[in-house]
Amino acid sequence: MSALQIKKGSSKHSAYNLRPNFSDTQERHTLAVLVDNEAGVLARVIGLFSARGYNIESLTVAEVDHASGLSRITVVTTGTPQVIEQIKAQLGRIVPVHDVHDLTVEGPSVERELALLKVAGDGDKRVEALRLADIFRANVVDSTLQSFVFEITGTPEKIDAFADLMRPLGLVEVARTGVAALSRGA
Amino acid sequence: MTRQMTGAKMVVQALKDQGVDVVFGYPGGAVLPIYDEIFQQNGIRHILVRHEQGAVHAAEGYARATGKPGVCLVTSGPGATNAVTGLTDALLDSIPIVVLTGQVPTFMIGSDAFQEADTVGITRSCTKHNWLVKDTERLPHVLHEAFHVATSGRPGPVLVDIPKDVQFASATYTPPKQVRTSHYAPRVKGDMDAITELVEALETAKRPVFYTGGGVINSGPGASQLLRELVDATGFPITSTLMGLGAYPASGQKWLGMLGMHGLYEANMAMHDCDLMINIGARFDDRITGRIDAFSPNSKKAHIDIDPSSINKVIRVDIPIVGDVGHVLEDLLKVWKARGRKTNREGLAKWWAQIEEWRKVDCLAFKQNGPAIKPQYALQRLEELTKGHDRYICTEVGQHQMWAAQYLGFEEPNRWMTSGGLGTMGYGFPASIGVQMAHPDALVINVAGEASWLMNMQEMGTAVQFRLPVKQFILNNERLGMVRQWQELLHGERYSHSWSEALPDFVKLAEAFGAKGIICSDPADLDDAIMEMINHDGPVIFDCLVEKHENCFPMIPSGAPHNKMLLGEASTKDAIGSSGAVLV
Ligand SMILES: Cc1ncc(C[n+]2csc(CCOP(=O)(O)OP(=O)(O)O)c2C)c(N)n1
Ligand SMILES: [Mg+2]
Repeated sequence: MSALQIKKGSSKHSAYNLRPNFSDTQERHTLAVLVDNEAGVLARVIGLFSARGYNIESLTVAEVDHASGLSRITVVTTGTPQVIEQIKAQLGRIVPVHDVHDLTVEGPSVERELALLKVAGDGDKRVEALRLADIFRANVVDSTLQSFVFEITGTPEKIDAFADLMRPLGLVEVARTGVAALSRGA
Repeated sequence: MTRQMTGAKMVVQALKDQGVDVVFGYPGGAVLPIYDEIFQQNGIRHILVRHEQGAVHAAEGYARATGKPGVCLVTSGPGATNAVTGLTDALLDSIPIVVLTGQVPTFMIGSDAFQEADTVGITRSCTKHNWLVKDTERLPHVLHEAFHVATSGRPGPVLVDIPKDVQFASATYTPPKQVRTSHYAPRVKGDMDAITELVEALETAKRPVFYTGGGVINSGPGASQLLRELVDATGFPITSTLMGLGAYPASGQKWLGMLGMHGLYEANMAMHDCDLMINIGARFDDRITGRIDAFSPNSKKAHIDIDPSSINKVIRVDIPIVGDVGHVLEDLLKVWKARGRKTNREGLAKWWAQIEEWRKVDCLAFKQNGPAIKPQYALQRLEELTKGHDRYICTEVGQHQMWAAQYLGFEEPNRWMTSGGLGTMGYGFPASIGVQMAHPDALVINVAGEASWLMNMQEMGTAVQFRLPVKQFILNNERLGMVRQWQELLHGERYSHSWSEALPDFVKLAEAFGAKGIICSDPADLDDAIMEMINHDGPVIFDCLVEKHENCFPMIPSGAPHNKMLLGEASTKDAIGSSGAVLV
């Protein structure tokens, strides 16, 4: 285990290990990409996705190891198994990329996203919003007489569900971080 | 030894330490400090091109003819943007080159300064990697890393953008050996289980074929040697892509000729009907596969490639082996020998009998009749008269390129430079300059089309100035021949803008540059004219006026499988369906 809590068994040179069993079903995969924290590295990753026509559902990036100057990019993408294999191989080719991990196939993992939601309203709606926030374990991080800003963490699905409930109650703005993910266990 | 020096001096020092002996370049404001250093030394020759695109193609030609990285030096802004086509060309053909660009000083970056361009932004998608160096302290490391990245794994073009203030400032220079090695170290050894699986397949295959590509050439002369040993020991037939010609000798018994869109009948038929396909350093390019769902339908496919992303990208393979061709072939031969050098002799004998039948079709046959020189005939004579020479061939892009691949024979790797992946008209002439720089005494010929050649004709000045005796053998059909051929097949013979009008008098053009011009239009004069070209000690433009409407065959039309080849004019009617017409 490295300092970054990433398991051995990188998929970087995976072409041999992953024998194709291609189907046309769309799969959703969460990839953790470890990169040198240098100028332009995010542009390289995003440019790869746009140039080759791959999907990005969400993408987050931040430095995770200051001493060795490494950043971790978490990409959620969809595609057929063949496309997912290509994406991993193409990411592995980028020179400042150290490692590509497919958290979706490398064992159980946890995925979390943080969102801020502004809900404006008064009367019953305001009360109902607070009550639902409590159920979803969302925190109030700002409030005025006319509005709340809720902070919620969870899977993207949980945040979707919360936002859906807030919509009729006066949802005016949403900010989401995109997914951060780690494999479970030691 | 570490020393204090300016960034500009570091550039020259790093090039020397990397074993660079020639740089192709063009000066400008943002690289003046580096040019000043070049002026004050003798170790590195600088070749002043006439356009930065020429510098990059020359560096590519140099790299392909030597196996060493080619180096370019150009200024910021327009100098860098002019290099983009060459970078893209080198990326698609996996050619190791290092391009150094000047940049406006760091404190002016982002201000739309004079001759500022976002060079690393523009070239990010056409380089293997690029760097903007904002600190002289980091320059030695980046320069050495640039050579490392360009030449390791799958080779490719890299670019280092150096702002002018970084060139002026001083810091400590570190030689290559003392630079911390980077994490970038692609794997070269193949997986032994997969190699053994391939050996088992070799032992039993009834209808095997080796399908080889530029990866064999890139892996070095040792890989070509191992390939020859493997082919000759197994007795399997071998074909190659445009990029891989010369890895196995054209005179070799097992040679089927080039495959693909304009490949030989026997090669394409063998690919279609084989039961074991061994892809060595090729990438199932669309010029090779034709229609994907009808590509070699009954074969087991093995694929040896140093780039994991090449595996299963286009064609699903059964035995993928990620590794360097040379390393993998060495292991493959070892295992195959240790297991008793087995092959399926009975199956092979039948297979070769079938191949001999296909060979009888004689798909490259043509008749030199009529008053005009057939382009095929011109190349046949060129082949005959230059065969014994220490010869290097470059090409431009078009029909002439395909004919050159079909009618010239390559006995050694690194003797054939052509723009395969990008198909860049204007590649061949500057590439020939790069090749001649690497091999001053060799016979370097650029087989050109008149239209392609005009795209970088300014490099005549370079050839004359540096006394580079490159031979420009122009198959002049006064047509954008390949475009015309497609219009004939696909667009109802409506020849929209596919002819060359207002062509220069090539003999006078040569003379205007101080070179020799030769014109030939009569088949009877051709041999003498070619001999005159060969024997002239200096650059020559050879204007070979050829049959204007000759088409290039065989041809696999777009959207068709390998066994639906067109062999000649008679077979072209309605050859391409509407689904093929959208393909390029
Ligand atoms: C830079 C560039 N522009 C356009 C093309 C498209 N193209 C491919 S072949 C060709 C015609 C080439 O004519 P010529 O050089 O005379 O060769 P020929 O086919 O007549 O032998 C063209 C325009 C290209 N490959 N490269
Ligand atoms: Mg022409």
